[in-house]
Amino acid sequence: MRIALFATCIVDAMYPATAKATVKILERLGHDVVFPEGQACCGQMHVNSGYLKEAVPVVANHVAAFDTADYDVAVAPSGSCVASVKHQHPMVARSCGDAALEARATAVGAKTYELSELLVDVLGVTDAGAQLGSYFPHRVTYHPSCHGMRLLRLGDRQSRLLRTVQGIDLADLPEADQCCGFGGTFSMKNADVSSAMLQDKAANVEATGAELCTGGDASCLMHIGGGLSRQGSSTTTLHLAEILASTMEEPASVTGEVRVSTGKALR
Amino acid sequence: MTTFLGMPALPAFGSGNLFAGESFPKAAHRELGNAQLRANLGHATHTIRDKRQAVVSELPDWEQLRDAGSAIKESVMARLPELLEEFEKNFTARGGVIHWARDAREANEIVAGLVRATGETEVVKVKSMATQEIGLNEYLEEQGIEAFETDLAELIVQLDHDKPSHILVPAIHKNRTEIRDIFLREMPGADPALTNDPPVLAMAAREHLRRKFLTAKVAVSGANFALADSGTLAVVESEGNGRMCLTLPETLITVMGIEKLLPTWQDLEVFMQLLPRSSTGERMNPYTSLWTGVTEGDGPQNVHLVLLDNGRSAALADEMGRSALHCIRCSACMNVCPVYERTGGHAYGSTYPGPIGAILSPLLTGIQAEENSSLPYASSLCGACYDACPVKINIPDILVHLRSVDVDSKRGTKKVPSQMDVGMKAASWALSSGKHLGLVEKGLPLGRLAAGRDKKIKKLPGIAGGWTQSRDIPAPPAQSFRDWWAKEHKSPAPSRDEKETQ
Repeated sequence: MRIALFATCIVDAMYPATAKATVKILERLGHDVVFPEGQACCGQMHVNSGYLKEAVPVVANHVAAFDTADYDVAVAPSGSCVASVKHQHPMVARSCGDAALEARATAVGAKTYELSELLVDVLGVTDAGAQLGSYFPHRVTYHPSCHGMRLLRLGDRQSRLLRTVQGIDLADLPEADQCCGFGGTFSMKNADVSSAMLQDKAANVEATGAELCTGGDASCLMHIGGGLSRQGSSTTTLHLAEILASTMEEPASVTGEVRVSTGKALR
Repeated sequence: MTTFLGMPALPAFGSGNLFAGESFPKAAHRELGNAQLRANLGHATHTIRDKRQAVVSELPDWEQLRDAGSAIKESVMARLPELLEEFEKNFTARGGVIHWARDAREANEIVAGLVRATGETEVVKVKSMATQEIGLNEYLEEQGIEAFETDLAELIVQLDHDKPSHILVPAIHKNRTEIRDIFLREMPGADPALTNDPPVLAMAAREHLRRKFLTAKVAVSGANFALADSGTLAVVESEGNGRMCLTLPETLITVMGIEKLLPTWQDLEVFMQLLPRSSTGERMNPYTSLWTGVTEGDGPQNVHLVLLDNGRSAALADEMGRSALHCIRCSACMNVCPVYERTGGHAYGSTYPGPIGAILSPLLTGIQAEENSSLPYASSLCGACYDACPVKINIPDILVHLRSVDVDSKRGTKKVPSQMDVGMKAASWALSSGKHLGLVEKGLPLGRLAAGRDKKIKKLPGIAGGWTQSRDIPAPPAQSFRDWWAKEHKSPAPSRDEKETQ
């Protein structure tokens, strides 16, 4: 299958390892990955902040980059960006009265998947250890991000994949379904409330004794990781694509204190 | 606009206690400083949330019920004028009197006039959001009429000269020791040996209220539903105080928002399943009172209904926002909202707090009402409210819609654009082309420089400083993915056709 990667702006600029890991996983399954170079961002920040007019060129750019590219399905390692492509792009096009853009956006949205959705539903991955060679001998806790959980209805696809990673010690996160408090510009406009939500999320992550908190959205992980870092915690964050891509031969690079739970030290 | 909903030309927006006195971030900052409040709220919302989840999970047809509730409400909004006329005809035919109020001031004047006509100076009240909304108690007090709240939580809040913090559990922000202290201080004749044991506190309130019920000649109520086909009103409650108010006094004055209408008696079935489960986490509430006009020799002989607009027609005119009027005031959205859970209701500055308040208040008052325009931003858009809403109000989408109304209403009105305006414009340029983003990413090494040796950025200027208030930013990578990809794939990937022929 020919799979177009939508890296998302935050992964492209801040977490290239997540995009590289996504490519690795797909190639390991025998698929071709293409990167439509015109891509930039889904525009969610603009839409969610009320700047619909400013979102129009961003959305138009994404649609142009993806509806001309040659691929079967598109994938992004981010539930919230995929939700934006699927739910917000047609709405933005409607808001500026562009029916042609709306139709194209709807078509692109229908072909766009979140990573775990693509792996489980389309590519038939049921055992990451066996099918991808995923090996990650660390104590990990998992935060399901709101947009993946509530807009895309990812269900337990992400945690199911994580559970099948060899060597992983997956600890349940208390109050996992609670928002981490990121919310895009909410974290700046309502910084106090966002911080209070983050505090509770960080405390729950710490309570699991995990070395790492993982999830499917780089932005939420940046938020949670940024809070843990500020509090001087040794727990860090890592995108689930990087855990799935990690193998015995090519282990994911992990920063922070390493508390290997299976007795096999990685480094 | 000449005539709308059978009323003369309307002021577009509502008035009264719908307005925030300060912006949400400012009020939230203050409320967040109250550790006791946060602990009380966290405990209470979690308890109700769990109870609700349990009773909702019991119903195999919960989603269909939500769809039915949503569909009925949508049809009500689509033919509200006609249903109101039908209701008025039936209510009047059974001996009730209808009064139309376009805003808070008119509604208050009507109620005060009706009370004055009875010659009484005291009224008992069953909890009513509509009368909170119009500030009826305060208005009556100015007119020399004392209003006694009879709902236990509402009584606590009233005795403490406080405001409700939750629409279902108005005293959610107070614990039992605080309540005992309020009773000792404010309740006439309270036993000095009062303990903080909930049954003891409830009995003290009961004794106090019983005296009021048996002497009051006038009651003021709200209504959860009004049935157009029979002219019937309904109040749903837990304590029985409502039934006392609805049956004992000679005069009953109900104040109800025009959106509370349901077409038929049968439609009530759907809502009697949705409401108790969503609000108190019970399969059925203890008391449901329905009354249709006047019955000679039984119950109140003078029955009035004030039908309140107060911005509802304005909300109805907002195509994207009008479904906020589907709200049945169950508070499920509040109990699952992470923002509400931490700030409490007072931070919203309106009778309607929480996620529904964040859309309803600006819809009723207009986004131009300055402090209320901060309400649609009081959400991380996590979507928990939409999942919990028994009538499927898409609160996150309406929040986003109202944000865009706010941004658009301010375009070109400011002498100096805000940092957000400037930032969003710049980001729109950077993010609307792969080339632009690639150019911006050439600056990543600068970010690495700023991060320093510990690879963390700890302080950003301007509004971005909100982020670094409690979070670090990791040092950016040396190379963006885009650059890495370009170097890895110098020759373009073979196209599908080439590949297939290989």
